[in-house]
Amino acid sequence: MPKMVDVQNIQFYYKSDGEDIMLALKDITIAVEPGEFIVIIGHNGSGKSTLAKHMNALLLPTKGDVFVKGFNTKDEANVWNIRQNAGMVFQNPDNQIVATIVEEDVAFGPENLGVPSAEIRGRVEEALDIVDMTEYRDKAPHLLSGGQKQRIAIAGIIAMRPNCIIFDEPTAMLDPSGRREVIRTIKKLNKEENITIVHITHFMEEAVNADRVIVMEDGQIVLEGTPKEVFSNVEQLKEFGLDVPQITDLTNELIKEGIDLPKDILTVDEMVMELCQLK
Amino acid sequence: MFKDITIGQYYPTGSYVHELDPRTKILVTFALIAGLFIINTFVPYTYIVAFILGVVFISRIPLNFVLKGLKPLRVIIIFTFLINIFAGQGEAIWRIGPLSVTGEGIYKALFMAIRLILLVVGTSLLTLTTSPISLTDGIERLLNPLRKIGVPAHELAMMMTIALRFIPTLLEETDKIMKAQMARGADFESGNIISRAKGLVPLLVPLFISAFRRADELAMAMEARCYRGGEGRTKMKELKMDGRDTMALVTTALLLVVLIVHRTMV
Amino acid sequence: MSIEVENLTYIYNPGSPFETKALEDVNVEIKSGEFVGLIGHTGSGKSTLVQHLNGLIKPTSGKIVVNGIDITDKTVKLSDIRRKVGLVFQYPEHQLFEETVYKDIAFGPQNLGLTETEIDERVREAMELVKLPFDELKDRSPFELSGGQKRRVAIAGVFAMKPEVLVLDEPTSGLDPRTRDEVLEEIKTLHDRYKNTVILVSHSMEDVAKLVERIIVMHNGKIIFQGTPRDVFKEVETLESIGLGVPQISYLIRALREKGINLKDDIFTVEEAKKEILKWIRSRKNV
Repeated sequence: MPKMVDVQNIQFYYKSDGEDIMLALKDITIAVEPGEFIVIIGHNGSGKSTLAKHMNALLLPTKGDVFVKGFNTKDEANVWNIRQNAGMVFQNPDNQIVATIVEEDVAFGPENLGVPSAEIRGRVEEALDIVDMTEYRDKAPHLLSGGQKQRIAIAGIIAMRPNCIIFDEPTAMLDPSGRREVIRTIKKLNKEENITIVHITHFMEEAVNADRVIVMEDGQIVLEGTPKEVFSNVEQLKEFGLDVPQITDLTNELIKEGIDLPKDILTVDEMVMELCQLK
Repeated sequence: MFKDITIGQYYPTGSYVHELDPRTKILVTFALIAGLFIINTFVPYTYIVAFILGVVFISRIPLNFVLKGLKPLRVIIIFTFLINIFAGQGEAIWRIGPLSVTGEGIYKALFMAIRLILLVVGTSLLTLTTSPISLTDGIERLLNPLRKIGVPAHELAMMMTIALRFIPTLLEETDKIMKAQMARGADFESGNIISRAKGLVPLLVPLFISAFRRADELAMAMEARCYRGGEGRTKMKELKMDGRDTMALVTTALLLVVLIVHRTMV
Repeated sequence: MSIEVENLTYIYNPGSPFETKALEDVNVEIKSGEFVGLIGHTGSGKSTLVQHLNGLIKPTSGKIVVNGIDITDKTVKLSDIRRKVGLVFQYPEHQLFEETVYKDIAFGPQNLGLTETEIDERVREAMELVKLPFDELKDRSPFELSGGQKRRVAIAGVFAMKPEVLVLDEPTSGLDPRTRDEVLEEIKTLHDRYKNTVILVSHSMEDVAKLVERIIVMHNGKIIFQGTPRDVFKEVETLESIGLGVPQISYLIRALREKGINLKDDIFTVEEAKKEILKWIRSRKNV
């Protein structure tokens, strides 16, 4: 089976002011397996969004190749196939909703794909049900909250039946409850719908449930591993200007004081258990 | 501040009129406009008024809500009335300085004012009973045959949809930027025309920049959702005309015939 | 400069089918020189409340008294109030409009009618506060700066007006953790240096907890409770029920207490938690 997304040694240059060339991505290689849930973390300007846009042919690498389900993004004939397979949800919920009615917006993708009318209706219903927005189907998008708009954007992608969804900082502009709604939806897509997820964020706590975490800094991958592996590098993460979950921070501090705790505690429950078992 | 504009606001009731095919409603509206320009006496107005009242009744939209749409246009209506009242020929009934009001003037002024009122009410019924999206759909379908001669039917409809989608967003944004600049001491309300126009720069520049940013992001999001123009596109809601549309169209046609007959007879 | 809000009610679109009560009988007092956090989720009324404080929104009923003057009184000149109460909106970089960073920051001071030298001084000072290098950036276009720098230019534009009361509506939303911490630090510096009244509006408990002296929690247009961060974070259940996050440490302490471990109940930072847990572990070893 081909990799879902296969990024092979890519580099990407931005041209600014015509002359200056900025190296936004320096030799990145990532392979995403079908069904995987990957979180890419880094602060603004680390190149994470640039990388995301390579994964559905919105940007093409200056050097190297990106394959989505075996299709090279450089081959123009593959573009629509790639975009249907690897959907993308963006940061600003307002600027990705096209239609004036929720269900019309969800239908936008399938309509572009030329899906027959009757089938679109079914897909829209299913997609709205998955993101739990069925009761808002007739509403105007501008009356919804940020989290709700973002779920509509997600439904719009699901209705295209992709195998993989790339989330480009979908929670950056949301309040805590909106953020929770979106994260819950993303997890559900991965667990129940078996959709491969590439989630890009600068919120560390969103990485806790991932299968794999990739930390980017200055156009490069600087850390990679399971959440536990990555989070145990507390000092290094702080150096990159990233937040460490308070629990991990606390664990690190306690270990420094000579308390015998495993380095990779991530959740409150784990911490409580470990503390109670201390001899 | 922009919220009191009610002309053309969709007013869903799920009535017979609402459920008609948008194409039917667009055609009926055009027939009505044509009718208003065919007639040349007061009597046929009664048929048109009866027709409009009938539509309002069936649509279950409160009459005063429909009439509220006239409010923002009252200045134009009064202006039309005044221009016509002084433009008549013949014997003056009444003089104010160089202006004179004649019997013909009064007749014409009333005639034009009623025409304008019915025009506004008639067309606003279209938008009151048709959601923007199905209106756009209807326009797209009606224009479709003209694609062969180069009318970009799909593109026009898409532009309309996006405009409708972003109007509330941009209004909200205008309000926000205005407040933010006011908090920095900007003054949008006093001074002469030139200083007022200059005062708008802190509002307009950010607004344009934001609109361009939105357009850019939206274009990217649409591309990511496989948008590539109207070619090969399907629609979730297929438009279908049925018996009710035929009935509406036949009734309208009858009205037009009556109006034409009336004109040739008188 | 003190602010007193008395029985403030605000209704959007009164008399229409879209009528909504944004604020309901709000009473709050903010003392001169105080640093308060105003917390609530989107739609709780917090933004509506702060827009009342400098007269951008007029109350449906109630009074707002700024330094002894009731600003709802028609004879009060709002321009006078606005120069005393500065307001930084959410995503303030969306209001930048000038050709250069300097001119944009100078916009507010200019509207105050200051002289060129005074304006120059203020722009320099504001840029220094938000850590933007003056010589390097003053002639640059604000639109070609990074997101974090744009945010700082916008905030400096309000700092430069030297308001006696500074209100910041979600000043860190959308920023990455590093920039967020830096911006919060700059706000703190400003407060320490000028001892002005600062109202920080936020939905992030963790940001606010580190900085402010008092937290005011809003929900559905009402103030539901207020107090020191310590007191407020004890209310884990209430905060959760109204959709606000509580620092992870608060959850941990609560869970440990439920296990019968005797820890203080008002801990919300990593450092305090570390101290308390160490104390507990060591006391057990001694037994």
